[in-house]
Amino acid sequence: MAFIDAHGLSKSFTSDRGTRHVLLDVSLSVQRGEFVSIVGAMGSGKSTLLSMLAGLTAADSGQVYIDGQPVRGVRREAAFVFQNYSLLPWFTALENVRLALDAACPDLPRSEQNARARQALDQVGLNNAMNRRPSQLSGGMRQRVAIARAFATNPDVLFLDEPFGALDALTRETLQQDLVRLCSSAERPVTTVMITNNVEEALLLSDRIVPMLPGPPATLGAPVPVELPRPRTTAQLAHEELATHVRAHVVATLTAAMGGRRRRASAATAEPMTSIELAAEERT
Amino acid sequence: MQRLTHILLPTVGLGLALLVWWGASLKVPDLPSPVRTWQESKVYVLQPLEKRGETDQGIARLAYYSLVRVGQGFLLGIAIATPLGFLFGVSPVLSRMFDPLMQVMRPISPLAWLPLGLVLFRKSEPAALFAIAICSMWPTLVNTMMGVRAIPQDYWNVAKVLRLSRTTTFLKIIVPATLPYMFTGYRLSLGIAWLVIVASEMLTGTPGVGGFLWQEYNSLIYAHILLAIVTIGVIGFVLDRLMGMVEAKLRTA
Repeated sequence: MAFIDAHGLSKSFTSDRGTRHVLLDVSLSVQRGEFVSIVGAMGSGKSTLLSMLAGLTAADSGQVYIDGQPVRGVRREAAFVFQNYSLLPWFTALENVRLALDAACPDLPRSEQNARARQALDQVGLNNAMNRRPSQLSGGMRQRVAIARAFATNPDVLFLDEPFGALDALTRETLQQDLVRLCSSAERPVTTVMITNNVEEALLLSDRIVPMLPGPPATLGAPVPVELPRPRTTAQLAHEELATHVRAHVVATLTAAMGGRRRRASAATAEPMTSIELAAEERT
Repeated sequence: MQRLTHILLPTVGLGLALLVWWGASLKVPDLPSPVRTWQESKVYVLQPLEKRGETDQGIARLAYYSLVRVGQGFLLGIAIATPLGFLFGVSPVLSRMFDPLMQVMRPISPLAWLPLGLVLFRKSEPAALFAIAICSMWPTLVNTMMGVRAIPQDYWNVAKVLRLSRTTTFLKIIVPATLPYMFTGYRLSLGIAWLVIVASEMLTGTPGVGGFLWQEYNSLIYAHILLAIVTIGVIGFVLDRLMGMVEAKLRTA
């Protein structure tokens, strides 16, 4: 049995304007220590899927197992990184990390919690910014704190919700490499599920890429293995033949699915699809 | 230049107001002019700590009695309103249960609560505190409730993801996130408490600025009414400024 095993997940939201089916019969398996990226356009239901895998949101039907245990609520050994940092602004970087440690190991003496928090921040190169508040840190530094917080509790599974989405290209690349380093140097294998709308990022980090086919309701496409040697760099990925092949395959799957949705939508509203709109979608 | 207008313009405004007062005092024989008001009141202002009799005391002493009473009523009010605000903020069921009641109780005048307080407690002092507390608690209650509801989803996610206990979530997330809203509530509540004090002292005849005002009206010393009015205004203004400073500090933190 895979480390993360999700069967037949469905989710719909009901509002005054009716019921919206976000996900339908989604299944996914992730092996222990594997890094899987779910790639799809914005608003395609990726975040909903991730929060169901993590136990933040309950599925309407279907079940998630992590390490053989059915998921009910957030798993103790799970850690998160969100796109919008999710740091508490009234705490310093150190206090934000220590809060996670305090919640995970309340019996640990405070001095030891502080030492571990310092060590975690040290690992992401923030030893000079420990006593600064999030408002005094750049976006990249804030996300480093969030990553340090995630790794501080020595998790066995990591959920990443567009973790680099709010960062500029240069910062993004250094943080991506930091993440790779932290994942490989962790005490026990870290199983990672990341959602992203960036195919390049998925190529750089993942063992497998799962395209998310937009709906509604959204479904998952066939996983694409990324059998590229590590360490990988963006520059190397630009030339590697296999990378080009995987990229083309993922983009084609996503574009085909979007085209299908667009055709369905335009058939319903009798609205002609313009080439400009399609090009705009291909870029995302 | 800016400094000049900051001082000059309010001074001009004050001067105009005094002019209107003086004009009105020419038309209304019972209304003392600004100058006469000062002459008749200066003994209270220049010897603010003097105690000549039970009710004939320097203005600082009178203000002190009122401030102590307001402080007690205000603290009682926010001590009730703050936990209720947190409770209503986190529980949609409770807030829906009590919302209509709150809306009905909020506009009730202190003058209406005071007799009820006298019936309940049979003494003027607790009745006054009751009226101050019940009138001043609403802004704190509503603001704290709004503050809890305005906590961004991100922070709730942190609580969920880190599996924080209820106590930790309350102390480390809900309270710090709500603090600026709470203090806006406290500032408004203190303002109302100060409004209520005058009415409650007038009705119960307890010593204080409001009691003094009513007593001097009954003794036909109208200049002292004006003295009391100015005192009430100045103290209210200072209280608001002090709370405003605390509030601003929390907002930037």
